[in-house]
Amino acid sequence: MIKLTIDNKVVEVEKGTTIFHAAKKLNIEIPILCYMNLEHLDIENKPGGCRICVVEVEGRRNLAPSCSTKADDGMVVRTNTMRVINARRTVMEFILSDHPKECLTCSKSGHCDLQDMAQKLGVREIPNETTCEMSSYRLDTSPSIIRNLDKCIMCRRCETMCNEVQTVGALSAINRGFEAAVGTAFEMNLEASTCTYCGQCVAVCPTAALTEVDHTPQVIRAIADPTKTVVVQTAPAVRAALGEEFGMDAGTLVTGEMVTALRGLGFDHVFDTDFAADLTIMEEGTELLGRLNAHLAGDKDVKLPILTSCCPGWVNFFETQFPDMKDIPSTARSPQQMFGPIAKTYFANKLGIKREDMVVVSIMPCLAKKYEAQRDEFKVDGNPDVDFSISTRELAHLIKQANMDLTTLEKSEFDQPMGESTGAGVIFGATGGVIEAAARTAYEVHTGKTLEKVDLKQLRGMEGIRAGSVDFDGLEVKIGIAHGLGNARKLLNDIREGKSHFHAIEIMACPGGCIGGGGQPLHHGDSEILQKRAAALYREDAGKPIRKSHENPAIKELYETFLGEPCGELSHELLHTHYFDRKRKRDIED
Amino acid sequence: MSEYKMHMMVCGGTGCRASESDTIVEKMKKELEYRNLDEDVQVVITGCFGFCEKGPIVKMLPDNTFYTEVKPDNVTEIIDEHIIKGRKVQSLLYVDPNKGQAEPDSKHMDFYKKQIRIALRNCGFINPEVVDEYIAADGYEALGKVLADYTPEQTIDIIKQSGLRGRGGGGFPTGLKWQFAAQNEADKKYVVCNADEGDPGAFMDRSILEGDPHSVLEAMAICGYTMGSDEGIIYIRAEYPLAIERLHIAIKQAREYGLLGKNILGTGFDFDITLRYGAGAFVCGEETALIHSMEGLRGEPTVKPPFPAESGYNGKPTNVNNVETFANIPAIILKGAEWFSAIGTEKSKGTKVFALAGKINNVGLIEVPMGTTLREVIFEIGGGIKDGKKFKAVQTGGPSGGCLTEKHLDTPIDFDNLLAAGSMMGSGGMIVMDEDDCMVAMAKFYLEFTVEESCGKCAPCRIGNKRLHETLDKITEGKGTLHDLELLKNMSNVIKDTSLCGLGQTSPNPVLSMLEHFYDEFLGHVSDHKCEAGQCKSLLKYNIIEEECVGCTACARVCPVGCISGEKKEVHIIDQSICIKCGACMDKCKFNAIELI
Repeated sequence: MIKLTIDNKVVEVEKGTTIFHAAKKLNIEIPILCYMNLEHLDIENKPGGCRICVVEVEGRRNLAPSCSTKADDGMVVRTNTMRVINARRTVMEFILSDHPKECLTCSKSGHCDLQDMAQKLGVREIPNETTCEMSSYRLDTSPSIIRNLDKCIMCRRCETMCNEVQTVGALSAINRGFEAAVGTAFEMNLEASTCTYCGQCVAVCPTAALTEVDHTPQVIRAIADPTKTVVVQTAPAVRAALGEEFGMDAGTLVTGEMVTALRGLGFDHVFDTDFAADLTIMEEGTELLGRLNAHLAGDKDVKLPILTSCCPGWVNFFETQFPDMKDIPSTARSPQQMFGPIAKTYFANKLGIKREDMVVVSIMPCLAKKYEAQRDEFKVDGNPDVDFSISTRELAHLIKQANMDLTTLEKSEFDQPMGESTGAGVIFGATGGVIEAAARTAYEVHTGKTLEKVDLKQLRGMEGIRAGSVDFDGLEVKIGIAHGLGNARKLLNDIREGKSHFHAIEIMACPGGCIGGGGQPLHHGDSEILQKRAAALYREDAGKPIRKSHENPAIKELYETFLGEPCGELSHELLHTHYFDRKRKRDIED
Repeated sequence: MSEYKMHMMVCGGTGCRASESDTIVEKMKKELEYRNLDEDVQVVITGCFGFCEKGPIVKMLPDNTFYTEVKPDNVTEIIDEHIIKGRKVQSLLYVDPNKGQAEPDSKHMDFYKKQIRIALRNCGFINPEVVDEYIAADGYEALGKVLADYTPEQTIDIIKQSGLRGRGGGGFPTGLKWQFAAQNEADKKYVVCNADEGDPGAFMDRSILEGDPHSVLEAMAICGYTMGSDEGIIYIRAEYPLAIERLHIAIKQAREYGLLGKNILGTGFDFDITLRYGAGAFVCGEETALIHSMEGLRGEPTVKPPFPAESGYNGKPTNVNNVETFANIPAIILKGAEWFSAIGTEKSKGTKVFALAGKINNVGLIEVPMGTTLREVIFEIGGGIKDGKKFKAVQTGGPSGGCLTEKHLDTPIDFDNLLAAGSMMGSGGMIVMDEDDCMVAMAKFYLEFTVEESCGKCAPCRIGNKRLHETLDKITEGKGTLHDLELLKNMSNVIKDTSLCGLGQTSPNPVLSMLEHFYDEFLGHVSDHKCEAGQCKSLLKYNIIEEECVGCTACARVCPVGCISGEKKEVHIIDQSICIKCGACMDKCKFNAIELI
């Protein structure tokens, strides 16, 4: 332990602690802008780029960035001297002098770290504002993410997420000096880059330099169109985070309020993606057992481990970075893309309407879902299975626009039949949840026995890479779990090198799983928020009367009356997919 | 060399080569052969003599006759007159403008009188492409001595005792740096030579590498021995093709002689050197940025600590020294720490190489003991100001340094004195300014460079320098206000105080020092809208003096924009709103009727 003095107060901290964290211990909040605390991801983030967090350290010639300067024994630090305050404000004036002044119409207004910080530092004018040249770049739009580099302040949080956490390598600093910004290699479109649309860059961007493509206008138009039947599905993770947009504590479950709000918005049928999650388990679980049994029977052509495929960011990742392994993941579509075709066939038949007259909207914690919904293989004659995918944040905007306050809404239930779900479907939203749900069903199908201990706690947690096993009546099924694409890469490399001993692996692109998705209320890398959201989902699971996907009565009925059997012919047509080698495709395109 | 009776030393530095010194060499060899003199006279291509102003240089040995501005056509004359008839070619001797007489040899030239050459000891004396010549000049003896007689600790002690400080700009004690790198245990360590010379106008590193590459190789090997490293890397800018070529030759020859590679001189010490090319980014002179660039990453600095001595190239302990620092090492080892520390001032030992440029008579490269005054450098060695103009200021330390004025002329130059005077040593660029130079425009010029060269990582350097430049531009355009002067000061101080690396921490120095020493000139720009030096076009006003104008119409006819009107034999008038301030009218007027106000 070392002792140091900050603003005349003595504090004792562990060696290696930064001045910023030491000050925090004294409840001194040093302003930060580019720094993110990524300790829970095992990443030491010390950007030192914005210079807003500078402090005076006795004996040092220059001001020190508190986010990346380690505390020393006997150090004397001052965080609020005239010199420091003037420096911070002047640097903020610099940053604002190269930032568009369109707060009133900016999509990030009210959620903008830069705006908050300018207020906190008391900036009231920018010297010589009218004559300051502004750096300017072209706008880049992709199916999921918009890059407006005019608003980039070079904090490079996105770069850290993209390169160090996700190891995707789509974004990095380009150009030099005043023209420097974060961009793609050769300033190609994001669409042509290795981007997986995981949206972690958007989730941490302090300004509106990176935002999601807003599909709410299309949704409003569809609802207003009397010829359309608009069906909405809500992903599991949304209910555990939506409340935050309305000032509620992280981890508050707002399932019932959300359903009421969606009805209030005018959706004709409010359904649950959890239903499709149960369906995913039926298909993926069956595929897992099939592959496992064939493998155990000695079939050399069957590859193990089987990898989950319900995360579109992850699918994009292996298609671009590991195309040689594209036959390893399950062919089961994601819940969003299982919901779409079932709604537009099974449910449309029930209603007696044509596919073209139904609009399927999904509420997702995810930006990659926007891209996924637009993939050609998920369209029938150009008509997409899922018409629009909007994020949790976009839903919050919609609700606010419709003059509803989520906190005061009554709770209500999902519509039937596609609103019926089990606890297994709910936990899809947290890392480890998909494989836990699959194990619950696969166990009972494989052993023919009832799984008494439904909570497979060995599969839960927040560690980046986890291993656990489930005893299938003598057969020890080894399960691997990774969240964050950087962790996924490690497991994939093991598989490629033949070092993997897992039977099944669950992979989620975002740290924490869908609860930490790029479309969720911004969590700025705060792992506590993620843990609370995860706990909320497990709470909802525990409270559900049915907790195994194969026991979902609506799913049973779906198979009995429509699909036949899991992994059957119709299932293959509607619920499974195939993958592409997008590395080569990109090479050719470029 | 002794079998020859005479040597013709021809400068093969980049500057002289650009003026056809290689053609001179070819022609010399041909003419000597033709006259059967090639057994008696040797033509030697050397490194830079430093007297670049008057290149190409040919120096005759043994009598030190110093021929300047030699052209290929002069070759036969030199051979016929100097070599055959023993008469100096008067027309090619250097004429000192201050004395008005031709100098018979280099010993008599003021340019060389006050110089002590340690880092440049072999530049201009040996053929850099022949290892034997370096060895003949005691080359690799220091390495042999260290390997045979000294432990790594003893060697570091010698360097520490010598008081050598880093010549790249920072002035950090070299011995201490070596010690840090030596103390950190690791399975692999690196010695890096920073040859990413980026200061505008500075070319000492290039000249050393072109003129004496082996001295750097030898020093790197010595450094490797002290810190337990077997691999050296020279990070050199790709714009130095001649230096690169000579380094490649030198490395190859040193390997052939067993002076690099495995088991050097049979002592069991392994050390080899490779080159890495930089793309010429100024910021890559900063050691962490340099290391990132070597690793194939974006050339930008990161927060220190960790220092490279703990975690540098590939995460291994790395010692980075500048070319000139290394070039001093073999001399220190051979002649001893005491010899070196006897030269210089109390806290700055040895010599420093400076690149003289700007409005000075002897543009070139010089090496003087620390403690030499600016007056000696500029007026004695440098030969004073061009065209008899008045000295105004000298910028030391390049774009990171500050300007020094008349009152600093007798300040002994060393690291600490320059810092105290608001400037810095930097890598040793010296740009001399005369009365015609506008200090606001000069400050703007330096900022232009920094704005270009900032890596863009931290906000104050990326945006702040741009704003500084814009404000200076505004002032030179005549649109500045008193408030802008305050802004300049505040912005400069904050950029210095908050920037991440040395580039931003020093980039406002020219502005601050020029503001301090020439505040009235800045004030003149903003309150009187006048540029005393007449450099800021927007502030100039051409005016026709009524009493002098005879109405000859010459000015109206020459004006490219037709802004001068008036009848014949009547007083003419300039329409200031159209005038582009080209000055053509003033040049044309035979009656001195046009004035600049």
